[in-house]
Amino acid sequence: MQVQELPITINNDLTKNVIQIKNLHKKFGNHEVLKGVNLTINKGENVVVLGKSGTGKSVLIKCIVGLVIPDEGEVIVLDKNVQNIRGKELNNVRIKTGFLFQSAALYDSMTVRENLDFPLRRSFKHFSAKEREDMILEELNDVGLSDAIDKMPSELSGGMRKRIGLARTLILKPEIMLYDEPTTGLDTITSKEISELILAMQRKNKTSSIIITHDMACAKLTADRIVILKDGVIVAEGTYSSLENSEDGWVRSFFNN
Amino acid sequence: MKGNVDTSILLSDQKKSTKSVVADYLKKVFADVGGITQFAMRFFKEMFLPPYELKAFSIQCYKIGNKSLPLVGITGFIMGLVLTLQARPTLAEFGAESWLPGMVALSLIREIAPVVTALICAGKIGSGIGAELGSMKVTEQIDAMEVSAINPFKYLVVTRILATTLMIPLLVLFADGIGMFGAFVGVNIHDHVSLIRFFHHAIQKIAFIDIIPATIKTIFFGFFIGLIGTYSGYTADNGTESVGKAANTAVVMASLTIFIVDMLAVQIIDLLH
Repeated sequence: MQVQELPITINNDLTKNVIQIKNLHKKFGNHEVLKGVNLTINKGENVVVLGKSGTGKSVLIKCIVGLVIPDEGEVIVLDKNVQNIRGKELNNVRIKTGFLFQSAALYDSMTVRENLDFPLRRSFKHFSAKEREDMILEELNDVGLSDAIDKMPSELSGGMRKRIGLARTLILKPEIMLYDEPTTGLDTITSKEISELILAMQRKNKTSSIIITHDMACAKLTADRIVILKDGVIVAEGTYSSLENSEDGWVRSFFNN
Repeated sequence: MKGNVDTSILLSDQKKSTKSVVADYLKKVFADVGGITQFAMRFFKEMFLPPYELKAFSIQCYKIGNKSLPLVGITGFIMGLVLTLQARPTLAEFGAESWLPGMVALSLIREIAPVVTALICAGKIGSGIGAELGSMKVTEQIDAMEVSAINPFKYLVVTRILATTLMIPLLVLFADGIGMFGAFVGVNIHDHVSLIRFFHHAIQKIAFIDIIPATIKTIFFGFFIGLIGTYSGYTADNGTESVGKAANTAVVMASLTIFIVDMLAVQIIDLLH
């Protein structure tokens, strides 16, 4: 399948790359998940990654934060090659790269307040308890869940967990956001709310984002650019409207439902 | 003729499959031993590097130590009581009831209390750690810590291993004390001996060399309970099934390790004697 050369619209006129992925390969056992992915994310840009399940979308973003070590290729995040950095340097890149997990990954044994305070306290030791509390309240207000501050994760609905997960990530003021299927398992209305929240937070914090999703409504709302992954490589790239009208039937099939 | 050929193929297949099952099992055992060794080496390395998770460590000490007190206490009391009641008739045959406090004290301190308490802790604490970390792994909470620039190994693993290493010996000493009280109650079912007289008799028979090696042994028990519990949880596969598997592996492997360490400790103590 040919990579489509389509005009790409970027929100900001800034052309600085925040993420560069070059010829990325990753194999699990005998199964090669990524077979030479090349992708660049510009500053302020929202890129949606589409693809069937098991095509390596989650592996791709896990390589960006060093959770998965690629077999070959380079991942350069904010001018740092993730494979070549360790310790404090890697932590600095991770603080600047927020990651919203599919399950939100809230710490079960902590309240919502503690969930937000835990990474904040450790990454920004100079903040006083009062300053941290104000930041927690501000983030919870932004996601519309200030009332849930003393609740345990088990008391929250799926949508609320995603919002708290987003607040926990944004409290570290990241420059890049990685979303792993942010609307999976949610009803249509909550999915739309989460998608709108992602967009609102992106505008407020001026982050660059990679959003992995199967939810086309979310893709339509949030994407400046869409890339489609198939068999471990990017097979199509463009704006939502350009790919929706693609000559390739397989690419169009993503947009038909 | 055809039948003979089929039987030989079947037998050869059966042999092959038995061989491959044994080979796979051995491979898994060696992989686990290698994995645990690497895990332990990482623990010793990270233990000395800052930042030190003192708050998380004290929380774990509270969870592991304080919350196990009732179970260890009840078990210790029953151990002392039953041991006294079982040993009394035999000693009575020789008119040696007065040896009962000393004999029970030696049995409890040297062997029974450390091993039984460690086995109970392997069941309660080891499985708890395995299930907790396994569940955190499956729900991506460990990954979430890592991407928030928090070292999950230091926060989750080092604190738990240190807490079990410190708390298991203390729990064993507590079980020794409660066990002795159980023995006192056991003695008083048939005879009337004051608490002071009972403990005076018991302590007379205990030497320093009985307590120190037994306590050192429990430090190793605690270390292995923590190490195996955290290893099974931290390295759990993705999927809810693996949480149960992690808890189960933690109990089985820790219990087996306790017996192996005990056997080695007895040999070493014997050599020292």
